[in-house]
Amino acid sequence: MTGIAVASIDFKGVVKRYADSAPTLPGLDLHIRDGEFMVLVGPSGCGKSTTLRMIAGLESVTAGELLIGDRKVNDVPPKDRDVAMVFQNYALYPHMTVFENMAFGLRVRKQPESQIRTSVEAAAETLGLADLLERKPGQLSGGQCQRVALGRAMVRDPQVFLFDEPLSNLDAELRVQMRASIGRLHREFGTTSVYVTHDQIEAMTLGSRIAILNGGELMQVGTPMELYGDPDNVFVAGFMGSPPMNILPVRNLGHALENRLMHVPREGLDRFGAELLVGVRPEALCPAAEAPAHWPRLSAPVEMVETLGAEMLVHLGQDDERLVARLPGLRALTPGESLTLAFDPAALYLFDARSRQRLREVRAAVVPQPELITP
Amino acid sequence: MSNSQVQGRPVAAELDLPYRERAQGVLRGALRDVLSWRFALLVFASLVVIYPLLWVVSLAFSGQQSLQLAQDTRDMGFWAQMAALVPLPEQWSLQNFRAVLTEQPFIRWLLNSLVVAGGTTVIGLVLSCTAAYAFSRFRFPGRNRGLMLFLVSQMFPAVLMLIPLYVIVVQWLGLGNSWLGLILVYAITALPFCVWMLKGYFDTLPYEIEESALLEGASRMTIFYRIILPLARPAIAVTGLFSFMTAWNEFILASIFMDDESLYTVPVGLRFFVSDYSSEWGYFAAGSIMVSVPVILLFLALQRFLVSGLSSGAVKG
Repeated sequence: MTGIAVASIDFKGVVKRYADSAPTLPGLDLHIRDGEFMVLVGPSGCGKSTTLRMIAGLESVTAGELLIGDRKVNDVPPKDRDVAMVFQNYALYPHMTVFENMAFGLRVRKQPESQIRTSVEAAAETLGLADLLERKPGQLSGGQCQRVALGRAMVRDPQVFLFDEPLSNLDAELRVQMRASIGRLHREFGTTSVYVTHDQIEAMTLGSRIAILNGGELMQVGTPMELYGDPDNVFVAGFMGSPPMNILPVRNLGHALENRLMHVPREGLDRFGAELLVGVRPEALCPAAEAPAHWPRLSAPVEMVETLGAEMLVHLGQDDERLVARLPGLRALTPGESLTLAFDPAALYLFDARSRQRLREVRAAVVPQPELITP
Repeated sequence: MSNSQVQGRPVAAELDLPYRERAQGVLRGALRDVLSWRFALLVFASLVVIYPLLWVVSLAFSGQQSLQLAQDTRDMGFWAQMAALVPLPEQWSLQNFRAVLTEQPFIRWLLNSLVVAGGTTVIGLVLSCTAAYAFSRFRFPGRNRGLMLFLVSQMFPAVLMLIPLYVIVVQWLGLGNSWLGLILVYAITALPFCVWMLKGYFDTLPYEIEESALLEGASRMTIFYRIILPLARPAIAVTGLFSFMTAWNEFILASIFMDDESLYTVPVGLRFFVSDYSSEWGYFAAGSIMVSVPVILLFLALQRFLVSGLSSGAVKG
């Protein structure tokens, strides 16, 4: 079963519809490469868990084709798909010890007991569970439980790992640790992994590529930096990055973009409609005094300041023209005072106001270099 | 209730007090609880329930056949009248127990009851566990209607089924005067309650556990036997106890189906101690006490399963 080398996953026009309702997935086309760590991310109800559960075989495919490797698996029962899944709530068997939990799948498949012991002990060693093998899940902490769930998936050496929000129940510190271990395990074993989360930081740090879903539609697929630097639409722009990209309505004057906060002279706008949206990342804004003179200015009253230590998040503007700036250092700002900021005109993204799709200018927006933004 | 709970619990401020004062505070709280009207009400209600039982015990151990309360107390003084109300035998004796066990076929009846109740429990549990699992986990045509029918069947008085059951079991199946007939009838009549009870519990077991097992290659049957049943032990214990007691205590059906005295169950047998021709209340009391012993033992044996929370640690939240 584990001899199949290729474990890519292909969705070809996959539709999922529950009885008598609008389709959860109206038609998904997605290729997950062999050995890739693909993160499915999106708000709740976007269909990401359904997609994952279809790969597992826990949800049926209404229409279209789902392939694991080059085998069509639409009607293959879960146990014959050679996939392992880690659930959000661990889903351990509470009446069995850690060892029995990890050995369950192998025992069901009637592997020899000596081999089971070797596999389980090896996995336990990798995950730091060697001392806990005789405990029951009730005696473990959340992090330990999730490691057992991970180990249970690992011992079977599956073609594909599926993760359904595995870190959501852990506290912040553990989440960072577990995130690191999951990343390390993937680098070590290189198994194709599909990971569902609603947390964009998890998506950014873990994914080889990220697929962003919204309302069952695939918004964009790409590496974390592609999605961050070159979003296809307002949704992706607003989803990646924390705080998200500022999106402001502007009027297209043909030679410039204008709204109450700013006036940006610009060429090549004739092709676009009159109402546009501009996007600018909080980290692309800087105090006017420190910026080159030709950068456009933007003035707005300060609404609130969040101090994070090395930097601060300044919330500016009013009504539908609000934005956040990530400014370095500490400076005294009082709510209500007017603040003037500047930004590189090349760091401005244009979107159509109606379709909310990206408007790419001939002079493409500069994709930030990775070393500039990775912390 | 909430008031006394608050009084009994050490509040943050109290923890700062020295130990002695704190202990006094707790004592005062306990005293207040004892003297409250709620406490008095509970004591009174308990006495009302226990008092007749005490008379049964008193009668069983008196070695006599008649109730002491039947004495004429009109000419006695006040305190003597009061004393006559206390359920204590004039002399203690095991004579009633000895007689019931040796002179009457009581042990035989006890054995009958054990077989019938045991069989009912086993058959009832096998049927109700599988049915409840299906109702809980599968979606099939008639599922909701089936559950509703089970519920509706509980709304009719049991006596209503007497004649149809007699026709089916005794006349059609020819199972009158046999253990099997009685076992079937008890197991089936207890089924609706058992199924609802177990379904309710299965519903609380997280789906993910089963999905996880499914992915690991387990079949539905493996999941049912190796995961669901061990996790449902508390519910199975309660349901088993219910089935056992239904069969153990039932009188009407047993008295109609069983003609042969050697096949009587205990409740039917006990009835014959007190009839038109005999009134051996002492035997009746002693027999009643002995009948309740197996149920108490079973209860004690199952008690450790009755604590819920076995499934804690399966999933978070």
